[in-house]
Amino acid sequence: MIQHLPHGVEGFMYPNEIELQWSVLIVLYPYITGLVAGAFILASLERVFKVEAVKPTYRLALLTALAFLLVAPLPLQLHLGHPERSIEMYLTPHRSSAMAMFGFVYLWYLMVVLLLEIWLDYRKDIVLMAQSRTGVMKWVYRALTLGSMNISEGARRIDDKMGWLVTVIGIPSAFLLHGYVGFIFGSIKANPWWSTPLMPIVFLFSAIVSGIAAVLVLYMAITRLRRQAIDMRCVDTIAKYLFYAFLIDFSLEMLDLIHRIYEADESFKTLDFMVKTRLYTSQVLVQILAGTVAPILLLALTQVVKLGDLARKRVYGVAGLLTLIGIFAMRWNVVIGGQLFSKSFLGYTSYKLEFATREGLLPAITLMGLPLVILWVLLKLLPPWAGEGAKA
Amino acid sequence: MSMNRREMLIESGKLIVLTGAAAAALDKLSGATTEMPEKYRMAEHWWAMTIDIEKCIGCGNCVQACAKENGVPEGFFRTWVERYYVKDWEAEHPEVDSPSGGASGFPESRRAPGKSFFVPKMCNHCANSPCVQVCPVGATFETPDGVVLVDEKYCLGCRYCVQACPYGCRYIHPVKGTVDKCSLCYHRITQGLTTACCEVCPTGARKLADLKNPKDPVHEFLRQNSVQVLKPQMATGSKVYYKGLDGSVR
Repeated sequence: MIQHLPHGVEGFMYPNEIELQWSVLIVLYPYITGLVAGAFILASLERVFKVEAVKPTYRLALLTALAFLLVAPLPLQLHLGHPERSIEMYLTPHRSSAMAMFGFVYLWYLMVVLLLEIWLDYRKDIVLMAQSRTGVMKWVYRALTLGSMNISEGARRIDDKMGWLVTVIGIPSAFLLHGYVGFIFGSIKANPWWSTPLMPIVFLFSAIVSGIAAVLVLYMAITRLRRQAIDMRCVDTIAKYLFYAFLIDFSLEMLDLIHRIYEADESFKTLDFMVKTRLYTSQVLVQILAGTVAPILLLALTQVVKLGDLARKRVYGVAGLLTLIGIFAMRWNVVIGGQLFSKSFLGYTSYKLEFATREGLLPAITLMGLPLVILWVLLKLLPPWAGEGAKA
Repeated sequence: MSMNRREMLIESGKLIVLTGAAAAALDKLSGATTEMPEKYRMAEHWWAMTIDIEKCIGCGNCVQACAKENGVPEGFFRTWVERYYVKDWEAEHPEVDSPSGGASGFPESRRAPGKSFFVPKMCNHCANSPCVQVCPVGATFETPDGVVLVDEKYCLGCRYCVQACPYGCRYIHPVKGTVDKCSLCYHRITQGLTTACCEVCPTGARKLADLKNPKDPVHEFLRQNSVQVLKPQMATGSKVYYKGLDGSVR
């Protein structure tokens, strides 16, 4: 090329393409919503599918989903050029826009599914705490009862039936939440890296994987911090489901990859070059090898070899953390990777992650830490461990 | 000042009524109106553009005129010019450059003999526009006379439309925080003028066209020449028609 290229640009980009549009904050958006959907699916295993072994994580999974869901819109808000206008998405949504539905899908999931299910499940505890606590907390719990103090057996039976119904509605809602996020990317025909009907389903299964891994890691970490014994039957079962979900997720991603390689359409050479160069570390090394193959092998090991409790705990911990890193890398590679090449297929740009800027690393880390703080508050407010809150 | 609830409600009601009346009166006094000039009727027009590749000399006048007319911020482009170089049969791997969007022309090329030509680019004002489709609030919209516009007072700056445009025509205005793109000089064409880029084109390579006007020379142009749109496989209903567009152009 005879022109002087801007820093980080190789080949030819359309002149308006040099600046990346969606930053690390938009990487967090599908990552966080994925954790929500996955954690909820795990909770529903116990509630709807009667997998009794995972019961110790049921409430933790719900609270984890809530903590992350509360943070989910924040990266989007921070990213908007005019965050003060985001209310317009509710007031005057454009019906043909995939993105316009986010607010409604989000509200449905938050208000109709998660909050309702948590409230129904905790209602007895809340009433007992409203009766036993003193001072400010008494009033907090009284407010949380929403005026319903009846915890007779008959009332609890209704709670249970309603809770079951909400979970049954919640499962397709969780699928909708994350499948929808995948559709936001998958429906962009201008971008061959995104445009595939497999995108929603790949997003969905990777969400289930990440949510299960997050609850597994959180359960083990919190139980250790509480100096309690980890329920091995529970973590064995979660690890088994993680393994199965991961196999489906990996198969889908490989199907997408094989399809792209075999079809080799006009974008293939560009995307292939990108994966082998600019995305090599984040895609091949972090996402596929460290974040997918390694945890699958570790989890497979626990399925075929009899390991002691301690060894299994360590394997599950490492596999869970690697999974969380791998799925984050997957989101990164989708969002950032999809913007590194020109829609002319003739060049590449690069993404420079800044630190203390509005869309930099610092706000990203803060946003990832925030759900953990919220979860800590929720665990204090609504202890998931049977009877603990009422006893205190 | 103490106020009981009844008084507060009455005062609030007065405030709402008076504010609305004052806003309406101000609009009337300042002559603010969203109506088109009397002569212009949107339903009578369907705007498009024709670009004759063989006539474009890559002078960059159009890029400069567009920037001046529309206050395009530096480093961004509502229109730009690309120079293609195809050595021989490798049409899949053309060499392309567009220094500063071609605003100041192009440096002399010292390449081996081959095919070289200029391709002016701009918003294609698509009839089935992906950017209009994806805008979550309808801030990007298509006018009844076929121009894709952005309401910058409504745009959230979410950038979804930038991702959806297959042609790289959109950018986020660094000061306004909203999306910006070619408006086909809507403020000019609705006054009976042509666009700034067409106005200054020394060879007449770019021409504004009204497809609903039976007397517009565009009809003869489309009938007599082999024309193509960019990326026809995208099925966007592009209304920028190129004469002599090489297969290597992306």
